[in-house]
Amino acid sequence: MNALEAVLLTIITASTPLLLAAVGELVTERSGVLNLGVEGMMIMGAVTGFAAAYTTGSAVAGVAAAVATGVAMALLFAFLTQTLAANQMATGLALTLFGIGLSGLIGQPFTGLPGVKLGAVHIPWLSDLPLIGPVLFGRDLLVYGSVALTAFVAWVFARTRPGLVIRAVGSNHHSAHALGYDVAAVRYGCIAFGGACAGLAGGYLSLVYTPQWIENMSAGRGWIALALVVFATWTPSRVAVGAYLFGAVWIMGLYAQGVGVNIPSQFLASLPYLVTIAALLAISGNRILTKVNTPACIGQTFVPDR
Amino acid sequence: METMDDTGYLLEAEEIVKRFGDFTANDGVSLRLRPGEIHALLGENGAGKSTLVKIVYGALQPNGGRLRWRGEAVAVPNPGAARQLGIGMVFQHFSLFEALTVVENIALAVPGSFNPRALAEQVEQVSAAYGLPLDPAALVADLPVGVRQRIEVVRCLLQNPRLLIMDEPTAVLTPQEARGLFVTLKRLADGGCAVLYISHRLEEVRQLCHRATILRHGKVVADVDPRVETAASLARLMVGADVQSVAAEPQEQAGSVALTVDALSLPAMKPFGVPLRNVSLEVRSGEVTAVAGVAGNGQSELFEVLSGERLAPAPESVTIAGRPCGVRDITERRRLGAAFVPEERLGHGAVPGFRLSENVLLTRHASGDDLVRTGFIDGGRTRALTARVTERFDVRFSRRDQEAGALSGGNLQKFVVGRELDRKPRVLVINQPTWGVDAGAAALIRQALVDRARDGAAVLVISQDLDEIFEIADRIAVISRGALSDTYSTDAIDRERVGMLMAGAHESGGTPDRDARA
Amino acid sequence: MRIVLEKRPERSRAMQVASPLLAVALTVLFGSILFAARGFDPLHAIYVYFVGPLTTLWSVEELIVKATPLVLIGAGLAICFRADLWNIGAEGQLIAGALAGASIPVLAPEWDSALAIPAMLVLGMLGGMAWAAVPAFLRNRFGANEILTSLMLVYVAQYLLDWLVRGPWRDPHGFNFPKSISFNDWHLLATFGDGRVHLGAVFAVIVAAALAVFMARTLMGFEIRVRGEAPRASGFGGFSQAGTTWLCFGISGALAGLAGICEVAGPVGQLQPTISPGYGFTAIIVAFLGRLNPLGALFGGLVLAICYLGGEAAQVELSISEKTAQVFQGMLLFFILTCDTLIRCRVRVERTAPGSSRLRASIGLGSPAARAADAGGTAR
Repeated sequence: MNALEAVLLTIITASTPLLLAAVGELVTERSGVLNLGVEGMMIMGAVTGFAAAYTTGSAVAGVAAAVATGVAMALLFAFLTQTLAANQMATGLALTLFGIGLSGLIGQPFTGLPGVKLGAVHIPWLSDLPLIGPVLFGRDLLVYGSVALTAFVAWVFARTRPGLVIRAVGSNHHSAHALGYDVAAVRYGCIAFGGACAGLAGGYLSLVYTPQWIENMSAGRGWIALALVVFATWTPSRVAVGAYLFGAVWIMGLYAQGVGVNIPSQFLASLPYLVTIAALLAISGNRILTKVNTPACIGQTFVPDR
Repeated sequence: METMDDTGYLLEAEEIVKRFGDFTANDGVSLRLRPGEIHALLGENGAGKSTLVKIVYGALQPNGGRLRWRGEAVAVPNPGAARQLGIGMVFQHFSLFEALTVVENIALAVPGSFNPRALAEQVEQVSAAYGLPLDPAALVADLPVGVRQRIEVVRCLLQNPRLLIMDEPTAVLTPQEARGLFVTLKRLADGGCAVLYISHRLEEVRQLCHRATILRHGKVVADVDPRVETAASLARLMVGADVQSVAAEPQEQAGSVALTVDALSLPAMKPFGVPLRNVSLEVRSGEVTAVAGVAGNGQSELFEVLSGERLAPAPESVTIAGRPCGVRDITERRRLGAAFVPEERLGHGAVPGFRLSENVLLTRHASGDDLVRTGFIDGGRTRALTARVTERFDVRFSRRDQEAGALSGGNLQKFVVGRELDRKPRVLVINQPTWGVDAGAAALIRQALVDRARDGAAVLVISQDLDEIFEIADRIAVISRGALSDTYSTDAIDRERVGMLMAGAHESGGTPDRDARA
Repeated sequence: MRIVLEKRPERSRAMQVASPLLAVALTVLFGSILFAARGFDPLHAIYVYFVGPLTTLWSVEELIVKATPLVLIGAGLAICFRADLWNIGAEGQLIAGALAGASIPVLAPEWDSALAIPAMLVLGMLGGMAWAAVPAFLRNRFGANEILTSLMLVYVAQYLLDWLVRGPWRDPHGFNFPKSISFNDWHLLATFGDGRVHLGAVFAVIVAAALAVFMARTLMGFEIRVRGEAPRASGFGGFSQAGTTWLCFGISGALAGLAGICEVAGPVGQLQPTISPGYGFTAIIVAFLGRLNPLGALFGGLVLAICYLGGEAAQVELSISEKTAQVFQGMLLFFILTCDTLIRCRVRVERTAPGSSRLRASIGLGSPAARAADAGGTAR
């Protein structure tokens, strides 16, 4: 494997969790809910994924545990914000703080243990092609899964009735309620989907990216996923592009150090966060796209008359 | 269908009760409807009309009472079930989604698989059949209010309804558009469809409806044939007392110009907003000048640029009391003697979660009442001022110094208007002064506006209620799609002409056909 | 069975006081269930955790030391959140303040003057303010989401601190440990009692009281409250959105910076890669527990400080991880938000009415067609 292959490989691995988490949050936000708990759901997915895989010896069990944990966390958020009409911002923050704390507690006995890595698939012939073979066709299933999921979400929003209903609920919950749609139920579903994706993204970190448990290993990726959704103006295809761009930035920092670029490592390490800010500024220039696509009800509490 | 016998009712609502917390919105309401009947539901704001129709449409569940549909007891657990029975509803504030296209909006209420192309064809057929033109691919946000209502109507018609509920449909239409709607409704009724028609416009009820059920404080007070009643007798039934009309001495001599707008153009700020197009206006002291127009034609934008919440491109674009004010903020304009009352009471004119004494501070903190000294709020003075306003404008509340959000619409509007009139402003700009307000409060507010004008103030009323405008205005201008017509003396213009202007007859190079884009 | 909310006509004043207390009680209750589940005597565990820290002078002093930064930051955040501005980057502002203030003891260790401490405090506040000014500016100028920008700057601040203590500001005689020189005595805050409670505690009390008056009695406080309750009304009142944003971020940034310099010139005494155990994030909970009232932040700060100390005590006495503290903190915030619902709404648990099984069946993403057919079918 040459250096270029290695860089491309790591970029794809670094981008996949961002893409997964961002696509999930995109669906949540399209239904009019802002869940700031992505980081918390992700880190919980990472720790339970690792724990389940280590205990059972099966990476697939780890993936399942990560998804289930993400959904459970998301349902907690949904219960507070949808059933009890609590403030979405504050509840999302609570979810993140809670998740970081609980993951530390759960993960303590697993610190420093060798992990179980989710294996790559080998596709005959295609995987053996030079350069694109290992980069594109020799990856774990989740890489393909994340891309397929993004395409699926794009299709749902563009072509299907459930997609239309989600957009409607996010665009005007009063109208949706007046027409007889159960706003809370639609949002429960979208929040749970977002949780599943965030949990899966976390599992990817502890089962593929660095197959071990390190405290706070999500390192703000959940927040960057949130920024990606804004950057992508709530469009699945742009989320994918954004995720790979960010993955590239993340990896560039690491490689620059390896190559011996004479910049303090801390500056390179803070690059993804600075680039996130820059991305938010860049998209603010495109007000029309932002405003037309922004779910009009995002972050607003809805309590119907009964 | 003129012969009424005891059988053959389409819908019977019996002893419907609906409570919200401690408040009883419907208190044993009964209503019967025959096929082909256009039935008016009359009542003041808060009388319980909307609650009743939402129950019929399945959007609310009653606490008591029964519904019968074609003689059989039914439950309507949700609007989908209502639509399945053949009940369609056109909402007052619409149930549309601005970010979606016309066909997507319709698909959300029509059963069957989601096939935009097939549905678009159906939409085109129905709109052609009823003369209600619609472009299925248009984004709702880009459409004027009249067309939006058409979407709702077509959405109902697609399902061949047996009962069509219309909640205040003409509030957003020009007189000409309203006539068009009546033709459609009569045609539907002739075909056997019943129409439940909510309105507080008594003249049109008398023209259109076969029966009228009148609600007051959640109870049925009368069930009459409106064709043999007068508007005054209907009003008395609705209000429970004679409605006072505004007493205005005709203005002998026009005063000096106190508020001007000069050739003002302003791009839309929000993605779905309306740009102002070359607006010019003069408002004279001693007079009430009205800006008529269908909602959503730039009224809010005009208000914001007059109040200074949004600044104009040049200082001379807006003058108040002779001073260029285009780029002065709202506080500076207030200091020049101007006062403003926005359309939205809660969240714009007043802070819902704040007490009245805090809400008084919102607009009066810099108007020379010494409510704030060296940055500190004088609690005693704000409370005294609040007491003065609530007393003088008859603001009723259940507890002293209540939160604004807990007041009824009429009481809060009296407070918001009173807070400004208490200052005796030289210039007053008020947007939709009596929208959603009970008749008593509306009469009080209108009289106060006229009195203030006769006292020497220049009063600009932006309103979509033509009855109100013809009752209190000395001069009328009309706004349509952000363009303002010339100003006419009220004596020199009739409703017909105002209706044409509302439809855009004055727009430069434009045609009066507002449907050009649809 | 389903939970139904009924909006109250006005916010319940009784619940405004009761809600935080109820939240604490629920957290303790849930905590004891968790302890019992893990095989501990719940009463003993709760005693160790929540009461123990209050029983010795030593631990009460430690409590005050921990509560000091929490109150300072929490009071500032309360103001931001009141204005519906979501500054969640206080941790970064704390670090920035610590760095700015510490520039004096690190770069001019010999400057022994009565002005040194005031200068450090002012620099600390300016540092925090500057760090908070970035999200405020980006929001005002570009409409960038302040939640994300302020949070991203936390990571940047952490790396900046890390670079300084490993690079230019490292103690040359510190055996290559990543830390600055220990501050000289004249660059440390005055202390009380056994010498751990420092001047910062006094600042915290003064700040909380002053901000409470500021919010309740001044026009600027009014402006901030209006902005959070009804942004359009704030424009109508003549208050500038951008101005309020600057004000709130300025105050909360300055207070986080003050907390930062008080930490490094107080209990820490030097710069090192980690100078705060997440005070900036915990203060978010402090602000909410104090019902977004600066005086309430005093109460909230003390409760959360007990949480920290209880975690340490539980580690020693029950040998369970000190990480339980963070779990409790997260749980506490959930309960606060739950209880706050009671201020705005009455909660009723409704038994599902008979015959409404079809109603339940119709809930979900299914098309209204299926739903209508379902309901209509039974109706006929």
